[in-house]
Amino acid sequence: MSTRLADHGRLIDRTKPLQFQFNGKHLKGYEGDTLASALLGAGQLLVGRSFKYHRPRGIMASGAEEPNALVNMGQGSRFEPNQRTTTTELFDGLYATSQNHWPSLEFDVGVINNYVARFLPAGFYYKTFMAPRAAWKHLFEPIVRQSAGLGKVPTDKDVDSYEHYYAHVDVLVVGGGVAGLTAARAAGASGARVLVLEQTAHWGGRAPVDGGDIDGMGPDEWVKSTVEQLEKMENVTLLRRTMGAGVYDHGYALGYERIADHTPGDGRPRHRLWRIRAQQIVTATGAIERPLSFAGNDIPGVMLASALRDYVVNWGVSPGDRTVVVTNNDDAYRTALTLKAAGLDVPLIVDARPGVTSALAQAARDAGIRVAEGKAVAKVHGGKRVTGVSIAAQAGEGASLEEVKCDAVAMSGGWSPVVHLWSHCGGKLNWDAQNAFFRPDPSRPPTGAQGQAYVVTAGSASGALALADVLADADKAGKAAGKAAGGKAGRKAAPKADAEETQKMEPVWIMPQGAGPAKRMKMWLDFQNDVKVSDVQLAAREGYESVEHTKRYTTLGMATDQGKLSNINGLAVLSNALDQEIPSTGTTTFRPPYTPISFGAIAGEARGALFQPIRKTPMHDWHEEAGAYWEPVGHWRRAYCYPKPGETHEEAVNREVINTRESLGLLDASTLGKLVVKGPDAGRFLDMMYTNMMSNLAVGKCRYGLMCSENGFLSDDGVVARIDEDTWLCHTTTGGADRIHAHMEEWLQTEWWDWQVYVANVTEQFAQVAVVGPNARKVLEKLGGMDVSKDALAFMQWADGQLGGFDARVYRISFSGELSFEIAIPASQGRAFWDALLEAGEEFGVMPYGTEALHIMRAEKGFIMIGDETDGTVIPQDLGLNWAISKKKEDFLGKRAQLRTHMQDPDRWKLVGLETLDGTVIPDGAYAVGEGTNENGQKNVIGRVTSTYYSPTLKRGIAMGLIKHGPDRMGEVVGFPTIDGTGTVVKAKIVDPVFYDTNGEKQNV
Amino acid sequence: MLIFECPYCGVMADETDLAPGGEAHIKRYGPGSSDDEFESYLFARKNPKGVHFERWRHVSGCGKWFHAARDTVTLEVYATYSAQTLEPPKALLSAIKKKNPEWEGWS
Repeated sequence: MSTRLADHGRLIDRTKPLQFQFNGKHLKGYEGDTLASALLGAGQLLVGRSFKYHRPRGIMASGAEEPNALVNMGQGSRFEPNQRTTTTELFDGLYATSQNHWPSLEFDVGVINNYVARFLPAGFYYKTFMAPRAAWKHLFEPIVRQSAGLGKVPTDKDVDSYEHYYAHVDVLVVGGGVAGLTAARAAGASGARVLVLEQTAHWGGRAPVDGGDIDGMGPDEWVKSTVEQLEKMENVTLLRRTMGAGVYDHGYALGYERIADHTPGDGRPRHRLWRIRAQQIVTATGAIERPLSFAGNDIPGVMLASALRDYVVNWGVSPGDRTVVVTNNDDAYRTALTLKAAGLDVPLIVDARPGVTSALAQAARDAGIRVAEGKAVAKVHGGKRVTGVSIAAQAGEGASLEEVKCDAVAMSGGWSPVVHLWSHCGGKLNWDAQNAFFRPDPSRPPTGAQGQAYVVTAGSASGALALADVLADADKAGKAAGKAAGGKAGRKAAPKADAEETQKMEPVWIMPQGAGPAKRMKMWLDFQNDVKVSDVQLAAREGYESVEHTKRYTTLGMATDQGKLSNINGLAVLSNALDQEIPSTGTTTFRPPYTPISFGAIAGEARGALFQPIRKTPMHDWHEEAGAYWEPVGHWRRAYCYPKPGETHEEAVNREVINTRESLGLLDASTLGKLVVKGPDAGRFLDMMYTNMMSNLAVGKCRYGLMCSENGFLSDDGVVARIDEDTWLCHTTTGGADRIHAHMEEWLQTEWWDWQVYVANVTEQFAQVAVVGPNARKVLEKLGGMDVSKDALAFMQWADGQLGGFDARVYRISFSGELSFEIAIPASQGRAFWDALLEAGEEFGVMPYGTEALHIMRAEKGFIMIGDETDGTVIPQDLGLNWAISKKKEDFLGKRAQLRTHMQDPDRWKLVGLETLDGTVIPDGAYAVGEGTNENGQKNVIGRVTSTYYSPTLKRGIAMGLIKHGPDRMGEVVGFPTIDGTGTVVKAKIVDPVFYDTNGEKQNV
Repeated sequence: MLIFECPYCGVMADETDLAPGGEAHIKRYGPGSSDDEFESYLFARKNPKGVHFERWRHVSGCGKWFHAARDTVTLEVYATYSAQTLEPPKALLSAIKKKNPEWEGWS
């Protein structure tokens, strides 16, 4: 039974008790607790079930490396799964539930997997794919789906806010332990701007728990005084609760600040993502203790030795009354001594090393603790809780020499430097055989934009384990970083600690070394993903020799673990199975983030309305008030139609078309791209941009133009107007304005930079209204001002003037086939002009029309639409637009490409009109099928529909499509099979694509 | 995240302020060119492990295209320079060669 001690607990305030709930139980903790320490203090050791076998799992660690104790936190709009109890600060009212079990934590049906574990070996998931198809569908998929995933997915919208901060610093120090503080002080003394990140709420790291003297002070006192010094330095910024999440190219780093996780709902942003540019980065990220691989090492009550010590010293919590310590190094003796000093029983220290004579071992013996040398834990007894251990010779196969009753096991397999941040951006590692870990190789660091090293490790992260070495290394790192970032080298001496006499650790990868298969199946390497020694050995036997392959096959070190606990032990087991040295096996890639960060922090402020700001035309509010049904077009919102009360969208669209064709319609065309191209070489430039000639366009006239990519494909279209001798105005599609502007800039800047041309995107400077229909001229004449008669302003001309007192540029162009004026007004006057048109048009029954009516009317006229008739593989010649391709011009973008044989192929699908025989509408995207079948037994495809509508004008379905040899097959009938499952084939006759007013008389009145 | 100095406005620009434009110094082949020349112009691109001359546009800044010499392995940026050039500056080439004696050079 774990419990709260009467004393100890340097981080908790016993005068401030806090209430919280776990699985509905009301429990008590103290301010300063983590959720893990509070749970242990309240006697709750069992906190979850394992991923695959649903075995009972307890808290194993005390920090970011915890693999088991992940819980569902919060409720409703503050619910979040997979929250690590060891890094969750306790607050009053905290609500948590355990995850990955059914029906309850204590009794979980899924544990059946544990008993059939031999049938769920490494790669089980992949192996199911080799079984018959039916087995996957009916047997494996339901099992895998049922058991996949850890926590539950939140269903409610997150109520919290998140934000991004930007910081530019000379030196970023990641880690606020004694190494980080030492490095920060040294870097700060150089005058450099320093930012220090500490992932927990406390400065000092492990040193206050592990003890020692620094410059004659206890670690707590030294930390306090150093933090005070740093706080006084104007060039140093200190951040707690902020994890260095990742190091990226050229000195970029991310910090993850958990501002309000422990004070939910207090109005502050929950998380803040720090986007940091640093000249130099010091990683003082410490080291993580490794588990030992013995049978039953996952049973609740087996913990990392250092974590057990942390719980006693930091939070006054005892994970067990009677703890067996098992180790291969000196450090775990500190745990034995700490427990003993707290009045707890330590019946035995099991040390795999023969002949242990170090000072710490002597101190343990002096304290009355028995040390069993050269011994191993053969097996841990217990189910939901440790009840005892069998002791065997480490050199043997595990025959029990002694049974020891205990309720906790403290294990230590040695320490591994946290090299994640060093490695994120390419820092290389060396294998240190003496200490059995990978350590950063300072001669192969991550390099920056100038080829310079920009990451330096400090303290334990460098591989220094003894306090004196940690301080000396960190001081050196801080000075070096300060200097490299342009500061002056400080001359202050490094903090000093006494050297310690330690006995060399001995690598132990399996305990005991000769353990048989039954034991190896119970030795966990990765506790979170349920990967055991036997799984990695099986992967090696099945040919997974690369560590990266083994990782994916077995899931070793995946998910939130990211190799923190499992990495080295797994590599060692794999190396032994492959009969090679650990450095030959290598390590898996360390990728950011160090521990998971929230999606909210990544998104920051970019949510809801700010995720992607909407572009609005000057008339947007009018459309909104008129009840427009919106359609997103690029970043714009355009009215699709304006349904009246009781009207369907289809009915509204048909009404808008008929009204425009018979009387008067208005279209908000402001979103149309408008690019001014100006300069002595503008005509020559536009001749390159467009397939047809623009340089010979007369001032005052308009011409429809096509733009192709250099690969020949049609990319945009629009009407070009010649404004004056060296100025053209190019209309682009709504979605194309920015793209075509960039396209023009690219060619001007990078190919024809000696041509004198300017391009300006004036799209948003003008509101544009299309006034369309037989009464269009009448309404403009009613507004009064400029002469808009046929003689004064013929079709495909434009003129500047005034209409109803508004400055207007009027283009006589038509995308509907009707008499049509497109009128550009300064954007600020757009809404007023729109209102004036509506008022003047009332007597003609004016109605606005939306994009769908626009589409139908252009389709009735056989006009193409970029994105419907084109898809990046269509050339103008496919669309019968040869008339718009200059034969006189020597060159234009796409000309050379269109000369290629495939572009000239007579078998290319070409544009035709399609008229259904029964008057129905061909489904969108339907394919036309021809005679015979292809090699897969599918019907041969001979074309496809590109635009298909019900035409209210013609009262029948009309369509355009690309059909093989289409223009040569006028009058023939082709079939379009539907995909609604009825087997229906829609039959359509191939006709001219111009369905309405073939001679263009209506637009030219 | 890469960082480049825009040679036009002098800003040290983050990668997110820039748009990549692929290999630099590609010669355009228009009408009159052979199929091989045109294919090479349109599709063939160098993909060196090492020094690469490439185009970037300071799209969320001054809007200008510029060129950069960047090592695709170490990500070292040797220099950024004007896009209005047909080949890399001689001084840049010798500086890169000096730093990487094994480099085969630009062609």
